[in-house]
Amino acid sequence: MSATAANRDLPGIYHKAGSLRAERRWAMWTAYASLIVAAVIFMAPPFYMLVTSLKTSGEIAGMAGNPWIVREPTLENYWAIIENPLFRGFMLNSIIITACVVAVTMVISILAAFALARMRFWGSQMLATGVFLTYLVPDTLLFIPLYQIVGGLGLLNSIWGLVLVYPTLTVPFCTWIMIGYFASIPKELDEAALIDGATWPQMLLKIFIPVALPGIIAATIFAFTVSWAAFVYPTAFVTTPDQMPLTIGVVSQLVRADTFAWGQIMAGALMAALPPVIIYAFLMDYYIAGLTAGATKG
Amino acid sequence: MAADGTIAVRDAAEITGGRANSLQRFARRRSTIAFVMTLPLLAVIVGLVAYPALFGIYLSMLNRRMTEFVGFLNYEILIESETFWNVFFQSCFFAITAVLLKALIGFWLAHMLHHIPNNKQRKWRGMLLVPWVIPPALSTLGWWWMFDPSYSSINWLLSIVSVPEVPWLGHHWWARIAIIMVNVWIGAPFFMIMYLAALKSVPEQLYEAAAIDGATSWQRLRYVTLPMMANIISITVLFSLIVTFANYDIVRVLTNGGPRDLTHVFASYAFQVGILSGNIPRGAAVSLFMLPFLAVCAFFVLRGVVRRNKEQM
Repeated sequence: MSATAANRDLPGIYHKAGSLRAERRWAMWTAYASLIVAAVIFMAPPFYMLVTSLKTSGEIAGMAGNPWIVREPTLENYWAIIENPLFRGFMLNSIIITACVVAVTMVISILAAFALARMRFWGSQMLATGVFLTYLVPDTLLFIPLYQIVGGLGLLNSIWGLVLVYPTLTVPFCTWIMIGYFASIPKELDEAALIDGATWPQMLLKIFIPVALPGIIAATIFAFTVSWAAFVYPTAFVTTPDQMPLTIGVVSQLVRADTFAWGQIMAGALMAALPPVIIYAFLMDYYIAGLTAGATKG
Repeated sequence: MAADGTIAVRDAAEITGGRANSLQRFARRRSTIAFVMTLPLLAVIVGLVAYPALFGIYLSMLNRRMTEFVGFLNYEILIESETFWNVFFQSCFFAITAVLLKALIGFWLAHMLHHIPNNKQRKWRGMLLVPWVIPPALSTLGWWWMFDPSYSSINWLLSIVSVPEVPWLGHHWWARIAIIMVNVWIGAPFFMIMYLAALKSVPEQLYEAAAIDGATSWQRLRYVTLPMMANIISITVLFSLIVTFANYDIVRVLTNGGPRDLTHVFASYAFQVGILSGNIPRGAAVSLFMLPFLAVCAFFVLRGVVRRNKEQM
C-alpha cells in the first residue's frame, strides 16, 4: 500500500513496483500449488479407506482397473460391522473408558491448576515444572513397569486398568495448559471476589471456570482425543476381545480373521476414527488452541 | 503472582497483633487447601509416572523369572546382541529422518498458508490437519492396506508413470521408508500448525522495516522470520524427537518389526521382548535405553519453554 503511494511521486521506481506485484502473484501460485499437492497427499489415505469400505468383497479382490474408484457402491460393510457384537463391544468400551478418563482428568487438572496458578505454597513452582516434565515422559517408557503394577492390582484384561493408567497420558498436559489459562485471568477479578467475601471454591466455580471456559474446552478435547486414540496401554494390558477399546480391537481382532475382510476393516477403522474427527470439525478453533497452547502458553 | 498474597503481606505490616495472626492463619490455611487440591495430581505423577519409572529401573536388573537381582546383566546381554544394534540404528534413523522431514514440510506448508488471504486460510488449515486428528493406529491401518503387496494402490499409481512394483513392506529398506512416510504424514500437520501460529506472532513492522532496507525474500526469511521463530522451532523439533523416538503404533501396525526384526524401534522391541516373549526385566532394560536420549531432549524442551515464558511476561 505504501509502495503505491510512493510510486505516484517517484515514477522512477514504478517498474520495480510492477515486478513486486508479479513476484507476489508468483508467490500466490506457489502457495496454492503446494497446498493442493499437500491436501491431495494428506487426504489420500482416508479417501482410499472410504473407497475400500464402500466396495463389495468381489470388487476388492478383483485386481483389474483403478483401485481408487468404486464402481458399485454399497453400505453392506457398514451394516456388517455395526451388527458385529465384537465391534459394538469395542465401541462401548471406548466410550466408557474415554468418558471416565475425561471426567477424572478434568477434575484433577482444574483443581491442581487453580492451586498452582493462584495459591502459592511450598514447592508449587517445582510442581508446575514437574507437571511439564511428566508430559514429556512417553508411554512406551512406562508400559512394562505399569504392566507389572496393573497386574499386581489384578486389573489386567479389564477396562478399569486402562481407566487407571490413561490419566498419565492426559493429566500432565491438561494441567499445564490450564495453569496457563488460569494465570492469564486478571488478578483484579479474584481480588474483587475476595473483598466480596468469596470462598476459594466459590472463586473457582463462579469466576475461574466460566472465564477460562475456552481453555477448559481445549483441555477436554485434548483428553478426549488422547484417550480415544491411546494404543500402547491397551495393546499391552488387554488381550481378551470383550475388554478391548476400539483402537486395538479394530487393529488386532478384525485383522486377525481368517480372510482379510478389507471392506469391513476399513469401515470399522473409519467409524472408530469418526468421533475425534467430528469433534475436530465442529470445535476446530478450540482444538488448535489446545494444540498450540503447550508451547505458546503456560 | 498471587495478588491476594501481596495484599495480605501489606496488611500484615500495617495491622498489629491479633489481626496479623488471623491473616497468618488464613495464609496457612490457604496453602493447606492448595496442597489438598493438588493431591490428586501428585498421586498421578508420583504413583503412575515416578514410581513406575523407578520400579522399571529396578525391574530391569532382575533375572528373567524376577527372583534374583542380577545388576546390569540384562543391559550387557542387549549390548552384545546384534538385534539390539539394529534396533538402535533403526530408532535413530527413523526419528532423525522423520523429524527433519516433518519440520521441513511443516515449515514450508506454514509459509504457504501464511501467504494466502486470511479468510481462505481457515479452510485449508482445517483440511490439512486431518491426518493429525485421526487416531494414528487407525490411519496406519489404512496405510497398511495401501501398502498391501497384492492390492497396493500406491503401486497402481506408480505403475501409471511406469515405475516398477515396490515391495513396500517386504524389503527392510522399503519398510523403513514406509514407516517414515506414515509418520511424516501424521506429524507434518502438527508442525504446520505450530509454525503457522509462530509466523502469525512475528510483528508485521519487522517485515516492513526489512522491506525498506531492501531485503530480499530470502533475507527476510533468514534475518527476520527464523530468529523470531528459533525458540518455537527448537521446542517443536525436540518435542517431536521425543515422541517419534518413542513411537510404537506405526511399527506395530505396519510391520510388527519385520522383515527379520529389521524395522523394530526401541518401543516395539521392548514390547516384543517384555510382553510377548515374557522376559519383563529385559524388556524394561530395552525401553530404558531410551531414557538418556529422552532426558537430554526433555531438558532442552523445558529450557526453551521457560525461556519463552520469560519473554512473554
